[in-house]
Amino acid sequence: MSFRDNPLGELKVPLTWAAAIALVVAAVVAIAFLVSDRRETFQAEAYGATRRASDSVLAPVGDVLAAPGRWTGAGVDSIQGYFFAVSENRRLKAELKEMRQWRDVAIALRDTNDRYKTLLGLKTDPPIPMVAARIVTDSRGPFANTRLANAGREKGVKSGNPVMSEDGLVGRVIGVSDGASRVLLLTDVASRTPVMVDRTNARSILTGDGGPNPRLDYLRLSAHEPIRQGDRILTSGDGGVLPRGLPVGTAVKGLDGRWRVVLASDRSPIDFVRILLFEDFTQLVNQKELAVTSVPPPTLGAPTVGVVTAPVAKTATPPAAIPPGTKPAEPTVAKTAPTPPTPPKPAAGDARPAAATPSKAIAPIAVKPPAKPPAAKPSKPPAAKPAPTPEEPPV
Amino acid sequence: MLQALAALVLFGVPLRVFGLQLPEPIFPLAAVFGWAVIRPSVLAPLGILAMGLFMDYFWGGPIGLWALCLLLGYGVALAGRTMMAGQSRAILWVWYGLVTMTALTAAYLFVMLDDRSTPSLLAVAWQFLATIILYPFAHRLIDMFEDADVRFR
Repeated sequence: MSFRDNPLGELKVPLTWAAAIALVVAAVVAIAFLVSDRRETFQAEAYGATRRASDSVLAPVGDVLAAPGRWTGAGVDSIQGYFFAVSENRRLKAELKEMRQWRDVAIALRDTNDRYKTLLGLKTDPPIPMVAARIVTDSRGPFANTRLANAGREKGVKSGNPVMSEDGLVGRVIGVSDGASRVLLLTDVASRTPVMVDRTNARSILTGDGGPNPRLDYLRLSAHEPIRQGDRILTSGDGGVLPRGLPVGTAVKGLDGRWRVVLASDRSPIDFVRILLFEDFTQLVNQKELAVTSVPPPTLGAPTVGVVTAPVAKTATPPAAIPPGTKPAEPTVAKTAPTPPTPPKPAAGDARPAAATPSKAIAPIAVKPPAKPPAAKPSKPPAAKPAPTPEEPPV
Repeated sequence: MLQALAALVLFGVPLRVFGLQLPEPIFPLAAVFGWAVIRPSVLAPLGILAMGLFMDYFWGGPIGLWALCLLLGYGVALAGRTMMAGQSRAILWVWYGLVTMTALTAAYLFVMLDDRSTPSLLAVAWQFLATIILYPFAHRLIDMFEDADVRFR
């Protein structure tokens, strides 16, 4: 049977309708992608494996394509350096003369600062390690302002790390892969950066809009003039994502009447950047340890409601008395409950017999056992400081 | 399609000439408009979806944004295809501007919803201007197919 004899062979699909159906299907797929996108979050896993893979591939391609531009720039610089060496030398000498005065002031101020810090016992911020990287691709449209830097996970870069040029803050890292990091610029629509006015400490949120000058939102304009034309804008460090005091730019009033920032990083082309491996306090501390709450010991004579605490003394012997090689008892109440140790004798007038009968008193909350059982001093309430043991000298 | 993507990558290099950055036109829109005018096709929306996703991955924007906006532009061009037939180059250029405006307006609205912030209209206007001057590429594509494909004459 030939193709023409097939009854389905004459079947014709209207081309426009078929294209329309294909269009709708493709649009549904695109909407699904768009709805599931979470690029601006700080969670590393939200960036997605596909994005990481594409960044890893695009970074070396962009590096190769950008090479002629870099070489041309270097060539132009060397020619300019050759022809303008004398005037450059004069300018640098004048600058050096001025800088020497500033150096003396800086040394004196550093000395004073160190003395104040010592007197006050201030704990200053630790130095921030940095990683240098080269920008290999650049998107400048109104809906996405990102750059790809050629340093990634292998150099310790993490999501959220601030990125700086030699002039000021550029943005922050939103995605890291092997050999590449995606930098969200301050000008991106999704970018929000807590900043402050250097002169008045007035706080604001720097909001990108795809244009070259991001705007200052949530700025409290009072009668005290918190911001003026030309004020220096720095990062405020609020929220802990960025360190305090990184230069951002200078304040200007836009044509739309809103305060905007001329970015310091726009002064020169951004070819090399520094990624600050900054970790704020909330990332450094052990969150799980902070989340553990210990139930305070009961007040003598107070009526109890609901929650019954675990027996105050779970083991009759302190941990130091356990012979070596023996596995110490688990600190959970549930495991110690079947073999109740001899409870300490409650103080006279103790109105909480439940605490002294651990077979019944299984606390609903796992309570961290006290470091030193109060059995050493049974006549005192559990809140009292235990007597010093030979292993631990009194402080 | 590959040429449009290659041009997109080429214009993504970090380069400044006399302190000015390169413009960022949407090269794939020329192909989108050309495909819609030449003839309706089942493969075209899939190709546009692929191009849009590549743009999103390359530019680092929300995934699916440009895929959806290009598809909307294709839909507008497809709907007005019968009105475009036999029109002069200038009128087709106006239609191309309309398709570009549709895609950019959609992108503006989607970004506004996604990020709860309004993108700069000036930046959108610059991208619109940089894109509509690409119409000669779309027209060349249309001419190539009209000369080669005798079945639709």
